[in-house]
Amino acid sequence: MIKRITTPLTPEKVRALRAGDQVLISGTIYTGRDAAHRRLCEAVEANQPLPFDPQDAIIYYVGPTPTPPGKVFGSGGPTTSGRMDAYAPTMLSLGLRGMIGKGYRNDAVKEAMKKYQGIYFGAIGGAGAVIGNAVQSCEIIAYEDLGPEAIRRLEVKDFPAVVVIDCEGNDLYEMGRHQYLENCKENAA
Amino acid sequence: MREINVDIITEAVCKLAMDACVHLPHDVLSRLEECLENEPFTMAKETLQVIVDNARIASKTATPICQDTGMACIFMEIGQDVHFVGGDLNEAIHRGVAKGYEAGYLRKSIVDDPMFDRVNTKNNTPAAIHYEIVPGEQVTITLAPKGFGSENMSKIKMLKPSDGVEGVKQFVLETIESAGANACPPMVIGVGIGGNFETVALSAKKAMLKELDEKHPDPRYAALEEELLEKANALGIGPAGFGGKTTALALHIETKPTHIAGMPVAVAICCHVARHKKVTL
Repeated sequence: MIKRITTPLTPEKVRALRAGDQVLISGTIYTGRDAAHRRLCEAVEANQPLPFDPQDAIIYYVGPTPTPPGKVFGSGGPTTSGRMDAYAPTMLSLGLRGMIGKGYRNDAVKEAMKKYQGIYFGAIGGAGAVIGNAVQSCEIIAYEDLGPEAIRRLEVKDFPAVVVIDCEGNDLYEMGRHQYLENCKENAA
Repeated sequence: MREINVDIITEAVCKLAMDACVHLPHDVLSRLEECLENEPFTMAKETLQVIVDNARIASKTATPICQDTGMACIFMEIGQDVHFVGGDLNEAIHRGVAKGYEAGYLRKSIVDDPMFDRVNTKNNTPAAIHYEIVPGEQVTITLAPKGFGSENMSKIKMLKPSDGVEGVKQFVLETIESAGANACPPMVIGVGIGGNFETVALSAKKAMLKELDEKHPDPRYAALEEELLEKANALGIGPAGFGGKTTALALHIETKPTHIAGMPVAVAICCHVARHKKVTL
């Protein structure tokens, strides 16, 4: 069953989701990757305001291709989330609720997700053309000099993702692999 | 002797970049379709379906298959009887990359200084260029836009001769396993064995760019390619790392003579968007 979720992503909505759930996300999400996260965390350190309110927000780890004329968005699949592990606990402590990316997260991020009720969604890496179709509008709101790494506000409709790590720390990367290997053993027996 | 104006190189590189980022090579798409057919795990089958649909939509709508349109890796074979005229060849290649990435609405992902400044050069240059001099008067250019999700998971290790075949197998499989979901599986893997520290990585990259059904000419290495691919697909990582049979689409080995004291091994990992495009002038 596919679950539809909308932003803002409240802790109640997060608690209703489990690793392995397929979701379609609609509403406002923000893009941010390596250099933008560095600046966000430097701003936090310096007690400066952030370019968007992280409370109950979702950050999508992506650096899209430039938008061609006549289109609203280019290609935009997820980037490797592990590079944001250094910054994610800080963002979660500020109320950030959801992260969309691909690949493994470290224990510090998983702990912070449990503590602050965060959730980690996986999108299919390398499926940028399909995922880009879910974006209805795109506006750069900060750090324009970073080019593809600038922070963008996206309005998305039915953005396809899977819950990879839920707020209890269940991890689809471990569960899916385990399940497949168990199936193999059963079939062999 | 044949004269080639470097402007021709610029135009060729521009076209290669634009084509490579949008159209997945035929052999890669057919291998993905084959794996989709044979994948027994539901989640994996659904994921492969999205990957195949994505490649088709990208090609049809001229949209980049993946937003990481990579660092442009250029392999150029230059016939020794060719003389380039009309300017600097390196500059001509970089101009072609800049032009193609701009005209194709491809992402510019290169920063100038790697550690302190990290300022985006805004035209995706410089490219990584490798020249090889070959007999004849033709020029062959291969352009491979290489994303860094998978590039970051590639590894190199200086093994000892006593580590033997088992040591190589272990290193290759542990590299694939640790790459896992980060490398956007199903992966295409190139293994370089032999040579020295700097050439083994290049061997691995070249192996990664082979046609998927190509086999190593030495039957012993061909058997090792087959065994490692089978073992990679028994890891259970699956498409996007969500579990499943299809972890790797292909694995190729390229070998080189080496020193009595060593056995360098490099593993180049590519995601399922195994892009490359070649032209002969």
